[in-house]
Amino acid sequence: MSETTENPIREAIAEAIRDHEVILFMKGTPERPACGFSARTVAALEATQAPFAAVDILPDPRIRQELSALSNWPTIPQLFVKGELVGGCDIVSEMYESGELAHVLGVEPPADAPDEAPKAAEPGAPPLQIDNNLVDRS
Amino acid sequence: MPTTDELRQRIETAIPGAAAQVIDLTGGGDHFRASVVAPEFAGLSRIEQHRRVYAVFGPDIGGPIHALSLETRAE
Repeated sequence: MSETTENPIREAIAEAIRDHEVILFMKGTPERPACGFSARTVAALEATQAPFAAVDILPDPRIRQELSALSNWPTIPQLFVKGELVGGCDIVSEMYESGELAHVLGVEPPADAPDEAPKAAEPGAPPLQIDNNLVDRS
Repeated sequence: MPTTDELRQRIETAIPGAAAQVIDLTGGGDHFRASVVAPEFAGLSRIEQHRRVYAVFGPDIGGPIHALSLETRAE
């Protein structure tokens, strides 16, 4: 018996990571992030001008459970490049500021890119919309 | 509700020689940022360093601790 039939969600996540060179699992969408950390990660990725795929983990709590089990990483967002977990918001922001992010993504840093990672959410700003996916978001 | 002091103590107890600074990002007691310096981080990738700190809290991450932003280094 294969795991494919036992755990279709985890298999679908693994397949998405295999099929996309750069893929971000996030809360919400790049156009409408539902969390400040996801928003900041999207902003850093977009500033490198590298193309990336995005998966919204909010519609089904099992996506987050299976993703974290697969990646051994407890928080969202999670960025994968060439099948490997690169990190979450903190690491992606640090890598953006050091120029490492563009390098890992295989693009040249834009000449006009700001040195600091773009800040999509400031501490003390309106509450970050973090939730544990147990609440009905409708 | 976890406090910054509790988080700091849990990190410093679980990771030998660690020095942690923890702040509450929103004042709400559930979004924290921690800077952790620990000798055992030497030679570990950033991912592994962060995993080590997350492991201290296990299922509390995503539970009472909604978010824990990390900055880690070996010294």
